[in-house]
Amino acid sequence: MNVSYQWLSEYIDLGGIEPQELAELLTRGGIEIDGVASRNAGVTKTVVGYVLEKEKHPDADKLNVCKIDAGTGETLQIVCGAPNVAAGQKVPVALVGAKLPGDLQIKRAKLRGVESQGMICSARELGINDKLLPKELQEGILVLPADAEIGTDIADLLGLNDSVLELDLTPNRSDCLSLLGVAYETAALTGRLLTLPEPEKALYPASDKTSDAVRVGIASVEACSHYAMRAVKGVKIGPSPLWLQNRLIAAGIRPISNVVDVTNFVMLEYGQPLHAFDAAKVKGAVNVRFACEGETLVTLDGQERKLEPHMPVIADDERAIALAGVMGGLDTEVTPDTVDILLESARFAGPAVRKTSRQLGLRSEASARFEKGVDPERVLGALDRAAALIAQVAGGLVTEGVAEVRLATPEPAVIELSLDRINRMLGTSLSSLEIKTIWSRLQFQAEPAGEGVWRLTVPTRRGDITRAVDLIEEVARLNGYDRIPTTRIEGPTTTGALTKPQAIRRELRKLLSESGLNEAVTYSVTSAGRAALFAELSGAAGGMRPIPLAMPMSEERSALRATLLPNLLEAAAYNKSRRNASTAAFEIASVYHSAEEKLTTLPAEHQRLAVLLTGNRRSSSWNQAAETYDFYDIKGIVERIALRLGLADALRFEQAKPADFHPGRAAALKLKSESGEQTIGYVGQLHPELQRDFDLGDAYAAEIDLKPLYEAADARIVYRTLPRFPSAERDLAVVVDEGVPGASLAEAAKSAAGEWAESVRVFDVYAGERLGAGKKSVALALVYRHPDRTLTDEEIADAQSSVVRALEQSFSAELRK
Amino acid sequence: MKDRLEALRAEALAQLQEVADAGRLNDLRVHYLGKKGQLTEILRGMGGLSAEERPVIGQVANDVRGAIEAVLADKQAAFDRAETERRLAAETIDVTLPGRSAAAGSIHPLTKVTQEIEDIFLGMGYTIAEGPEVETDYFNFEALNLPKDHPARDMQDSFYITDEILLRTHTSPVQIRTMKNADGATPLKVICPGRVYRRDDDDATHSFMFHQIEGLVVGPDIRMSDLKGTLLQFVQAMYGQQVQIRLRPSFFPFTEPSAEVDVTCTQCGGHGCRMCKHTGWIEILGCGMVHPKVLEHGGYNPEEVSGFAFGMGVERIALLKYDIDDIRHFYNNDLRFLGQFARM
Repeated sequence: MNVSYQWLSEYIDLGGIEPQELAELLTRGGIEIDGVASRNAGVTKTVVGYVLEKEKHPDADKLNVCKIDAGTGETLQIVCGAPNVAAGQKVPVALVGAKLPGDLQIKRAKLRGVESQGMICSARELGINDKLLPKELQEGILVLPADAEIGTDIADLLGLNDSVLELDLTPNRSDCLSLLGVAYETAALTGRLLTLPEPEKALYPASDKTSDAVRVGIASVEACSHYAMRAVKGVKIGPSPLWLQNRLIAAGIRPISNVVDVTNFVMLEYGQPLHAFDAAKVKGAVNVRFACEGETLVTLDGQERKLEPHMPVIADDERAIALAGVMGGLDTEVTPDTVDILLESARFAGPAVRKTSRQLGLRSEASARFEKGVDPERVLGALDRAAALIAQVAGGLVTEGVAEVRLATPEPAVIELSLDRINRMLGTSLSSLEIKTIWSRLQFQAEPAGEGVWRLTVPTRRGDITRAVDLIEEVARLNGYDRIPTTRIEGPTTTGALTKPQAIRRELRKLLSESGLNEAVTYSVTSAGRAALFAELSGAAGGMRPIPLAMPMSEERSALRATLLPNLLEAAAYNKSRRNASTAAFEIASVYHSAEEKLTTLPAEHQRLAVLLTGNRRSSSWNQAAETYDFYDIKGIVERIALRLGLADALRFEQAKPADFHPGRAAALKLKSESGEQTIGYVGQLHPELQRDFDLGDAYAAEIDLKPLYEAADARIVYRTLPRFPSAERDLAVVVDEGVPGASLAEAAKSAAGEWAESVRVFDVYAGERLGAGKKSVALALVYRHPDRTLTDEEIADAQSSVVRALEQSFSAELRK
Repeated sequence: MKDRLEALRAEALAQLQEVADAGRLNDLRVHYLGKKGQLTEILRGMGGLSAEERPVIGQVANDVRGAIEAVLADKQAAFDRAETERRLAAETIDVTLPGRSAAAGSIHPLTKVTQEIEDIFLGMGYTIAEGPEVETDYFNFEALNLPKDHPARDMQDSFYITDEILLRTHTSPVQIRTMKNADGATPLKVICPGRVYRRDDDDATHSFMFHQIEGLVVGPDIRMSDLKGTLLQFVQAMYGQQVQIRLRPSFFPFTEPSAEVDVTCTQCGGHGCRMCKHTGWIEILGCGMVHPKVLEHGGYNPEEVSGFAFGMGVERIALLKYDIDDIRHFYNNDLRFLGQFARM
């Protein structure tokens, strides 16, 4: 909503308040002003001139030489290039010494040898947005009305000595979608008096009755609660007077014709949208109803609209003639030939208008107002005001009376509120007098209802106020938010602490970033194709289905993600294409899983950690060669996490072949807990085909469900006595089939070595021709220790023999001698 | 004999004076003090001395030995020192070459800012609540006083999955969930950080996905002045004690009264600069007193308790804090960008 300062000052004295101050005042009161624009873009010394004569330039086909009377006492000779200039026109003339927007200075000049004493201006040269001008005035020089007085300053004539306040209204303050609303608000903020239009005084009685001209009806209160019409007979359609055009242009609305301009003017003034029909084209009675199945309507913009049964329309006896509250119909539009008009003012139902306009993608000044609700008290006032103004600017006679149907009349809200409640809610200590002053500035009727209690009647123009808290807000903002003190919350103290999952997430971020990984944040939505990757991780292998968005903005962001890794792969590809081939990144975020084809309940949200390594672990340096990542880097990261969370003994890596991983280089992560063992994620090299799809080299990844970690994580640290007796270390190497997992050997060795075996570690793995095809040698280091004494060589030798026997039996291992 | 010993001392000391290397020093040690050395040679004649002379000469001999040994030791120490110095000098390396350090990782700037804000509120006695990112229309809108077909829903164009399920457009539904979980208990003091989604075309200042941190306090007699005090305490912890706040009336369906909060521009300290568009203030927060209908949806009686809520955009705060020019940097995960946040 754009509000002209000059226009506003017709309703309230703004003396002493500059436009910028008014903007600040309104903003601090809650009506945010986005900007204050001067309507004069820099025009000086430009006046109304009369074209006395026009002749062709002797040496230039496209130029004219005009003789101009600009009220300066002498006849000016001005060369003009516009094709539409003609003798007998009134035009804007920039005199010698004038300035125009764009730092243009008008000087005496010679154009192809002919002297020119000034310039005849187009609207654009005057800094006026020509999109806001009637079509006939957009081309060439701006032709002014014939009654413009010669020598008048053009800025005065066009209302350019004005400022426009751009309101950025919150949805609750639709009352300020009108000049009167802004005037009421200004009055509340300044305490100044209002001067309101009194339209009924400007109506002249006519012998014809409205009831003879039209009958109106409403089929459903769901569509409309109040519908009113007046007829104006014998109008003469033409351009509006300049004052009216200036008002509309200042508000950003293009003048069209006198009748239409009046409806727009009154909409801006009262906030009540109006529509004028050509009475000759309306067949029979006017009725508000819902559209019929398959009904169509060509709206004013020339588009054919397919209507649906939830859309309210205005219809005559034969067809829909307007889309109620949104846009009029082309058939019944006011045209230059229109003689009689039917003027509509109504209160259409906000939700129905909103739904219609959204569905058709058709927003209008009218729909914006109806959606938020118009003031029921202004429906008739606006109708009268418009009728009187049409009679004034387009002639014609207004018929007597109003044809109307009113199905509901909203009562003004009556709210009781106490001084104590206000002060308790705000933390203020306002006095009764201060509050009463606020009620009076708001022009809310306040009756005493006990000690320090008021009963307030809220005018219907402020439909946003329905409860006591709404009134408390009025007090707060008019008294000034600045004047609310700052206090500390009273009452018992509370303890702030992270939950276990929150603390673990922080720990993981710390651990991983300190391990050289960069934390990434990627989008939670992805393409359908990406959402289908990693069937085990996405749950697709377990019956989960994709969750598409109903109306995605693009294919790349059309479904909720079910895994994190594809986004990290995209990030790595993004970096690779920017010459950064090595990426070590992680993300902690949720994935979304549901087994439903169409959601009826919320999907499960699993918090996950994903890690991706690709490229070099270490870049080459002056003292060492580059090293590339391998499987054991990503595994090492998972092991570090397990160690940090106290789960080193609970986590197991089991060879696995999850989708989109390298079939020989991946493991399932198995976490032991009291309830058994569960798979919490996968780790491995990605499948070479997937790596190629993302244009990446070898990439190693892990994706892990965090919830099982939250539950199992064990942060308790219990000190164990340091050993008092020395340990003994023994190595042994066995030859086994190459498929035997090293971890199984170590595990079997540990259990066979007996209770004094402290640890078993694989320290070498070797395969070679000497061992034979399909064989490998695995070397184990065993550490033995007794807590209370030194173990004897015999005890250790016995244990080692048990180990060898166990490995021989379980894995057909051969001891290497 | 005594004279011979004295002569030996003089000769030995003179010779030692001139020694220039450890080898020669050792030769002299053997020559004078060795088993077959000069001193031993002289002392062989001790047998021919009288009982009276013997201790006297013995004393002299010890003195001579001591003197020679002392000089030998000094010389040896000097040679050892010199040798060590020589060896260390040969081991000199170029200390200006780069060190061998583990790769530096980083925490995402949005996480850093979130954690900083969380820590401030943890210190003020708040806990951190979380809720689903995929929400029901009820929790995201209706319970927050945004009924269907309410024009205020236009403020937040949403990504629906079905008619009733959508990606949450703000973290405010966590307010309702937290209140319901609290089952009427007071005081309730939580913040709720998380991802939110709005149908917005991405550009330098807009992203369809972004992060919010919501705050909620419910208790008997919570006042708007408490809200102001809390926010002042927060911004001063975040930006320094010199920072002030300014509340401007605004509208959110779930609070009444509602306000937008500006802080003193952190760039210019309030004098006016490009960042604050020469106003001296920067908008960072929306807030208000919890709307009675929202309290009711949360299971509280608005006649008995009141509350305040506030919400801020993490991206906006991070953009301002780090002077970042484009919001899309946060989601591109360019390592050249992320690497800049490796510091504490």
